[in-house]
Amino acid sequence: MAPTPHLAPRLYIATRKGLLTAERKPGAGSAVTPWVLTGASFLGDEVSTILPDPRDGNLYAALRLGHYGVKLHRSTDRGTTWTECATPGYPPRPAAADTRRRRARQGDPDESPWTLLQIWSLEAGGPDEPGVLWAGDLPGGLHRSDDGGESWELCRGLWDRPERTEWFGGGYKHPGLHSICVDPRDARRLKVAVSCGGIWATDDGGESWRLSAHGMHAPYMPPRLRDEPNVQDPHRLVQCLSEPEVFWCQHHSGLYRSTDGAVTWQEIEDAPPSSFGFAMAVHPRDPDVAWRVPATSDACRLPVDGRVVVPRTRDGGASWTLLSEGLPRRHAYHLTLRHALEVDTTGESPTGDRLALASNIGGLWITEDGGECWHEISRDLPPINAVRFG
Amino acid sequence: MPTIHFTPHLQRHIDSPPREVEGDTVGEVLGSVFGDNPRLRSYLLDDQGRLREHLSIFVDGDAVSDREGLSDPVPGTAEIYVLQALSGG
Repeated sequence: MAPTPHLAPRLYIATRKGLLTAERKPGAGSAVTPWVLTGASFLGDEVSTILPDPRDGNLYAALRLGHYGVKLHRSTDRGTTWTECATPGYPPRPAAADTRRRRARQGDPDESPWTLLQIWSLEAGGPDEPGVLWAGDLPGGLHRSDDGGESWELCRGLWDRPERTEWFGGGYKHPGLHSICVDPRDARRLKVAVSCGGIWATDDGGESWRLSAHGMHAPYMPPRLRDEPNVQDPHRLVQCLSEPEVFWCQHHSGLYRSTDGAVTWQEIEDAPPSSFGFAMAVHPRDPDVAWRVPATSDACRLPVDGRVVVPRTRDGGASWTLLSEGLPRRHAYHLTLRHALEVDTTGESPTGDRLALASNIGGLWITEDGGECWHEISRDLPPINAVRFG
Repeated sequence: MPTIHFTPHLQRHIDSPPREVEGDTVGEVLGSVFGDNPRLRSYLLDDQGRLREHLSIFVDGDAVSDREGLSDPVPGTAEIYVLQALSGG
């Protein structure tokens, strides 16, 4: 998969104030951190997410300019130079009369602004789909490019589902599509996750979709609606590359796992030290191994007891080890956002040993041994939205 | 002809020097500018053609009132300023 195996591994860090890069220092001894910050692009501008495309080495950075909207840039030289490419967009909103008729008929007003507010997820299509990119956004749209970002098309198969107008915001005013899992066996099969709109699946490249959040539970909803798949708030959805039937999901109200391709979900109860959090990572070759970064609770989005820990399971969630060596142990106020825990899946046979962990107050750590020991890269960075190896 | 000026803040992202433009409304003036500089459209307007939330346009010192339809009239000698709102952190 990796087109540039001769190049040193890199970590791309999408922050509130620009795109930063860290590189592994060749030959560094074990006593010092082998990763150093090496570069910055778009300083001053928010980078909402980043995609190093494993198929061709291109790098994509999604910007959220406070005044001028969302922009997408591509680099063909690993971030040295950038070119603005097309931005996903929305067609004209249906006429008011049509909307009123629909409201009268279905009682579900479409409150979407039909305009791109933020690119929240960016993924490459399959190895057999050169140029195909997927972008998930606020206010909940999924967009496809067939030409490496030169043009985009809104995935109407999902956007026009009547259930879409029932989605609602979780943390933002509008719903957001934040996770896109492209099946490594067949790139026409996708699973996407929406806060708050459940998990959706397609087997035909986005033409038709079905809800895929059965078994999830939403205590924040009225009793009658708590088991409705379309109201679920999956914070992060990840898929095991070697056993793609296995998915892990950090949900607003707990932790879930599916072993049947997201058809059904089983809650993993009593996960220590808390089952609340945003980020989730699964081992690329072992579906029973997963990591997460909990916070105390919905009402207290801070580390439990002021101590940053990364719980890791090796048995599918039956038991957890709290990994903390190298992480802040007291008076810590770091929150890890949903795209800020990343396992390195680059290369022909990723080991699952290397992960990056980042926080919304500028902490960044890397482990080379599956989380046993974390190396601090910095605690002085801007708020970090996403990290990705490439 | 009206003259349009863009905030220096925008120059960091896209070249947009002051220029004379044709048009009797804000929408027509912007359409004229976008004809020569299509990329500028997405910097000023959202996907539905509305003026972006954190931008303002002044025509001879008055802020435009129709941010969705861009129908405010533009006199032939108007000075138009596209400015960013002071927001963010």
